[in-house]
Amino acid sequence: MSATLIAEQLLNGLQLGVMLFLMSAGLTLVFGVMGLINLAHGSLYMIGAFACAAVVGATGSYWLGLAASLAAAAAAGALVEIVVIRRLYGRDHLDQVLATFALILVFSEGVRWIFGAFPLYLDVPESLAGAVSLPGGIQYPLYRLLIIVVGLLLAAGLFLFISRTRIGIRIRAGESDREMIAALGVDIDRLYTLVFALGAAMAGLAGAMVGTIQSVEVGMGEPVLILAFVVIVIGGIGSIRGALVGALIVGITDTIGRFLLPILFGLVMDPSSATAVGSALASMLIYILMALVLILKPGGLYGRPLPLRS
Amino acid sequence: MSKLAIPGMVLCAGLVAGSMGFAVPAVAGGAKVGMITTLSGGGSGLGIDVRDGFLLAIQQSGRNDIEVVIEDDQRKPDITVQIADKMVQSDKVDVLTGIIWSNLAMAVVPSVVNQGKFYLSPNAGPSALAGKGCHQNYFNVAWQNDNLHEAAGNYANQAGFANSFILAPNYPAGKDALTGYKRFFAGDLAGEIYTKLGQTDYAAEIAQIRASGADSVFFFLPGGMGISFMKQYSGSGVDIPVLGPAFSFDQGILAAVGEAALGVRNTSQWSKDLDNPVNQAFVADFAEAYGRLPSLYASQGFDTANLLISALRAADVDDADAFRKALRDADFASVRGDFRFGPNHHPVQDIYVREVVREGDILTNRIISIGLDDHSDVYAADCDMPS
Repeated sequence: MSATLIAEQLLNGLQLGVMLFLMSAGLTLVFGVMGLINLAHGSLYMIGAFACAAVVGATGSYWLGLAASLAAAAAAGALVEIVVIRRLYGRDHLDQVLATFALILVFSEGVRWIFGAFPLYLDVPESLAGAVSLPGGIQYPLYRLLIIVVGLLLAAGLFLFISRTRIGIRIRAGESDREMIAALGVDIDRLYTLVFALGAAMAGLAGAMVGTIQSVEVGMGEPVLILAFVVIVIGGIGSIRGALVGALIVGITDTIGRFLLPILFGLVMDPSSATAVGSALASMLIYILMALVLILKPGGLYGRPLPLRS
Repeated sequence: MSKLAIPGMVLCAGLVAGSMGFAVPAVAGGAKVGMITTLSGGGSGLGIDVRDGFLLAIQQSGRNDIEVVIEDDQRKPDITVQIADKMVQSDKVDVLTGIIWSNLAMAVVPSVVNQGKFYLSPNAGPSALAGKGCHQNYFNVAWQNDNLHEAAGNYANQAGFANSFILAPNYPAGKDALTGYKRFFAGDLAGEIYTKLGQTDYAAEIAQIRASGADSVFFFLPGGMGISFMKQYSGSGVDIPVLGPAFSFDQGILAAVGEAALGVRNTSQWSKDLDNPVNQAFVADFAEAYGRLPSLYASQGFDTANLLISALRAADVDDADAFRKALRDADFASVRGDFRFGPNHHPVQDIYVREVVREGDILTNRIISIGLDDHSDVYAADCDMPS
C-alpha cells in the first residue's frame, strides 16, 4: 500500500462526496424551506441522466447533453411542484412520503415507457477521456477531476446565491418564517417553485455527470437517494453547509472504508474471510456513522436544535 | 426521516405488486405456469428477456393449453415470497419459473418444491440448491452459478495469466463466482474484493487494481454494475486485460458499455453464432418477434419453455413421478446443441469463450474457443437425489 494509492482513494472519496452534495443540496433546501420530504428527488436525478443520454445520442454534443439535463430536470421539478407538491405543504409527512413515492413509480414507469428497459449508452466525451498525471505520480481520470471541480464551483456558487442575493435572502427568510415573508409581499408560491426547480436542476446535473461513468437505467436514482438522506441527516436537515460537510464525510468514509477495512481485517484473519467481513462492515460504515451522529447530536452537525414537537 | 420513508416504500411496493399478468384459458393436458421475474427497476432487462424467450417458445409450440401467469418481483425478496405464496395458494400453478437473482431464488425455491410444485430455473443456480439442498422437483435449465466462472478460470490458464485480481458483489452468486474462478485458476491472486450489491462507483476498486501489479482482472458484476465498472475501468488508464462471465458482455448491455467492451473475452454456455439449426432459427425468430437480438437470458427462457413443453408432451403434470422423469430426460432441442441434466438436475454442457466484436454498427459476441467441455458442477457429488 503506497502513498499514491491513499492519495488516489482520497480523491475518489472527494469526488463521491461532491456528487452527493449536488444530490443532497436540493433535498435539504426543499426540506429546510418548505418542510417537505421529497422521495422523488432520485427520479429527478434519473431524468437528468436520461435527458443527457438522449440529447448526446441525437446531437453528439456532450455539452448540449449537460445543458439538457439541467433544463429537463428543472422543468420536471417545476412541473411536479406546481401539479402535485404544492398541495402537500400543509399535510402530514406521511402524506408527503406516500405522494412522492407514487411519483417515483410514475417517473420510473414513464421513463421505461419512453426509453425501454435496457440501459442507455452515455460515455465520457473524447476530449475528457483518459487519465492525467497529477503531482506525486498519481494517475487520475480527467473526467473525475472535472466532476470535483464542477461540484466545488457549484457549491461555492450556491453559498453566494443563498447568502448574497436577494432571492437567497428571501429563501432564508422563508425558511425561518413563511407567514411573515408572505405578509411582507413576497410571492411565496413562486419562490417555492424556484427553490424546487433549483434543487431539481442540481440533481439532474448530478445524474448526467454520474450517469456518464455509470449506467443510465431506470431505478438509478433510488440508491443515491438513500445516501443523500444519510448525508442530510448527518449534516443537519435544512443546512446547506451541513449538506456539504455531510457529503464529504460520507464520500470519504465510504471510499476509505471499502479500501482499508478488508486490509485491516487481513492483519488478523485469513484473506478470504477478511475480505468478506471487511466488505460487509464497509457497506455498513456510513449507517453506523449516521447512528453515532444521531446519538451525539440528534439535530445533525449543523442542524438547528430539535424542537420539542415537530 | 429515513425511518419514515421505509414503511411507506414497503407499503406502496406491496400495493403495486400483482398488477401485471395475463392468462390464456386452460384445458386438460396442459399446465398452469407461474413466472416470477424482474420486470421493473434495475435489472429488469434480464427478466424481460427471460419472459420474452419463454413466451416465444410457448407461442411457437402452438399450444393454447399452457397458461402463464406473470408477476414482477421488483428484485425484492419480500415481494417475491408474497407472489410465490399467492401463485401456489390461490392461482394453483403446477410449475414455477422465472427468478433471475440467486438471493430471491433462495427465498422461494425450497418452500415451493417442498409443497410439491415443480420449479424450473431459467437463470439463478445457487450452490446451496445444487449440492446438499438439491430437490427432486427443482431443475436448473441455465447453469450452476459457478459454471461460467470456472470456465473463465480455465481460460485464464490457457491464456497464460498467472496473477489475477478478482472481484464480485457480496451476495450468494458473487461468492459462487469467485469460488468458481479460483477452483480452476492455477495462478496467484493479486487481490480479491467483494463489492456491495448494486454498487455503481468502482473508483476505489480500480485504484487497488492499478496498485496490485496483476496481469489480469476477473470480474462478475451483472446488470448495471458491469456497465459502470467497464466504463470507469476504460477511462482510468489501467490497461490490464479483463475477462469475465457473459453477464457483463451480453446483448442487452453491450450497447450501453460501448467501445470499452470491444475485444473482451467472456464465457457463456450460449452464443448468437452457435452453429446449430435450432439456435439459428431462434435468433432469427426472436429478432423478428421483438425487434432486437436475443441475449443469453432470452436463450435460457426459450430453453426452459421448450423443456416444459417436451415434458408435457410425454406426461401429465398431475402425475408427478412421470412428469419428473420426463423433465429429467430433457428430450428437447436446445439452442445450445447438446444438453442433458446431471444427477442433481443441473445442466451438463459445453461452456464457450466468446469475444466482443463489432458487426456492422452493433456490438455482439463470437465464439473463439471452448472453455470447458461437457461440464457439470462440483456440488453434484453432495446431492442425494431420490431416483
